[in-house]
Parts: sequence; C-alpha cells; structure tokens
Amino acid sequence: MRSFLRTVSAIAILISWASGPAFALSDAYKENIYNPGQLKPVDSTLKVKVGEPAPEFTLPSLNGEAVSLSQFAGKKNVVISFVPAAWTPICSDQWPGYNLAKGLFEAQDAVLLGITVDNLPTLYSWTRQMGNLWFPVLSDFWPHGAVADKFGVLRSDGIAERALFIIDKAGILRYAKVGDINRRPDLEELINALEKTNSKR
Amino acid sequence: MKKLRMIWTILACLLFLPAFLAAEVAPPAEGGRLPDIRLAIPADAGYQTYLGIKGEGTFFLPQIKASIVIVEIFSMYCPHCQREASSVNDLFSKIRSSEKLKDKVKLVGIGVGNSPFEVEYFKKTYSIQFPLFSDGEFIVHKQLGEVRTPYFIGIKILKDGSHKVFYSKLGGIADNVSFLKLIQAQLNK
Repeated sequence: MRSFLRTVSAIAILISWASGPAFALSDAYKENIYNPGQLKPVDSTLKVKVGEPAPEFTLPSLNGEAVSLSQFAGKKNVVISFVPAAWTPICSDQWPGYNLAKGLFEAQDAVLLGITVDNLPTLYSWTRQMGNLWFPVLSDFWPHGAVADKFGVLRSDGIAERALFIIDKAGILRYAKVGDINRRPDLEELINALEKTNSKR
Repeated sequence: MKKLRMIWTILACLLFLPAFLAAEVAPPAEGGRLPDIRLAIPADAGYQTYLGIKGEGTFFLPQIKASIVIVEIFSMYCPHCQREASSVNDLFSKIRSSEKLKDKVKLVGIGVGNSPFEVEYFKKTYSIQFPLFSDGEFIVHKQLGEVRTPYFIGIKILKDGSHKVFYSKLGGIADNVSFLKLIQAQLNK
C-alpha cells in the first residue's frame, strides 16, 4: 500500500511539474519571452536581518546615473525589487504592475528601485516593452550579482531571487521577503508592510 | 500482485497525462462553447442588477441576463491591458448609451493571476464601471488555455439557455465601432 501511495504521489508531482508555473503573459511581449520552466523556489540564504541597517550599494541605472541607497536616507522609504532575469515570464509582469501602482508607493512616501543581474543594454530593450517606468531600473551585472549577494539573494545559477525589501528613512531594513521564484509576490502584502513602515515615522 | 498494480497505475496515469496537459492549451474556439467558468456573485448590488444575478455563491457566464456577453481577460500587470483600459471603457460607454444594446449586451472582466486587491486597484485606477472578477489562482486562466492578455471573448446566449462563442481573439479590440457592428449582427441573427 505504501509503495502504491508513493507511486501516486510521484505521479502527482510529475503532473504538477509538467504543468509548470502559473503566469499570465502580456501580449505586449509577443513571442519574445523565454520560459525557464519550474525552478527551485528559493536557492539562497539571506544575509540581511530586519531591524538592522541595510547594506549600502551603488549601481548604474538605465537613465545613465548611478543610484546609491544612501541618497534616500532621511528623505524616502525605499522598496527594492530584485527580479531574477529580463525576458522571463513573471519578471516581465511584475514591474509593469508596480508601474501602475505608482500611487500606492507614493502614498507611503516611498521610492522603488528595480534590480536585476542583467546588463544595461538588455534591461533597456526589455523595459521599453513595459511603457515608461517611473522608478529607476538598476543593473547588478558587474561585479556579477554583487549587490544581490550582499543581501543574500543571489542564486547558485547567477540570477537573483524574486525578493522584496523595505528600508526606512533611517536606513533600517523593515521588511524582507524572498518569495517563490515561480510566483509573483502579493502586492497587498507589500503595500501593507510599506504602510506599517511609513506609520513608524 | 503489488508490482502489477503499480505498473497499471503508472500506465493509466501516463495515458491520461497528455490529455490532461492538452486540455490546458486550447483557447475557446469561435462557434464552440465556453468551458464551465464559475465566478463569485459580486456583493455589489449594482453589479448584481447589471448581471441579473442575485444572492450569494457562484454563477456561470451564460447565466448573465443578456443576449451577448463580452469577456475581457486581463491582468493589472499587463502593459497592453493597461493601455487598452480606456478603449474598453469607451466600448462599455457606447453600449450603455445605446437604447438598443444596453439591456442586451453585458461586459465583464476577469483578472487572471490578480488578487481581489489588485483587481480593485485596476478598477479604481481606470474608473472601470463594469464588473471585474479576480482569478487569483489562475483557475479560469487554465480553463481558457492560458491565453496571453488582453484576450476578448464574445458569447451569444441562446433562448434555450445554451450559448455559442462568436468572438475569441488575442489582443485589444482595434475598432469599437466595427466591434459593435459585429455585436449587432449577432443580435439580428
């Protein structure tokens, strides 16, 4: 009986694996999205702790200027959205959603920084399909994934986790969420955490 | 005996696996029927009146009190859907302002992979007046062959309660006036 149950379970997992991650792809990208299939949900260990100062970084952005975390100190709450890779299904949806949700971030006196480990030309080409993004898009390409690694969200294959961080105006990390790479994070949870951070001013 | 049973189980599952997967990839065909899409009856009394559906629980799209139902499959995360929102609002406005169409043609949207919070935000951002439904777990999306978004489906509800898909296309509606003519032609049939 045990072996029978094991077999049925294995087949259920196989079917689940074969059906792949759930996502709805926008027609804006036509046939240009690469589907990596189902990936290991999380493949790194966080190196930062909620309640402690967030690590400083400076990265090049798409508009040509370098962006540092410290430049927002005392001025804005900062939301950092690491996404795994350009031209992949869920990442290609996540930032256009945040683009639409600009008002929700602004209401909490927050800026959003989007980071991937892709290089700037790739990010330029990819984000042009999303419309005019209101937030800076930063390239953590070289040294490869160094900032992702500082936060502990660099996976063993060199891409970043699907991770969200909230840093308050004092530079303290208030929220850290490394979600299943195969699923888009819940926007409501992020906004609730941002409201909580902003209310502690 | 145990081994034999295990082999039969594996063979049976492998036999059904392609059918299971194939069933996931077929969008509704024009001339055919919709899968049984079950949606939650909206709590909003205005939406209940618009849809002609009262109470609590769930309903199926062909139960909407109309001759024609237009379904927009969208996502708040889809840039194309964001750009299309004002045009869809214009379509709704044209239908609502037409004495010939307003009681016969109803419009609904289904936010695939969108939570109720996300659907509500999309609705508020674009001041959408017609009912939007959340399909947070991609259940409807899978039933519809995991179509890209936006995707529009038009169904004609027949007098016997059955229905027929007369429009099933990926992408926005290029021209609302032409689309309304297509709707009118369906009503005249």
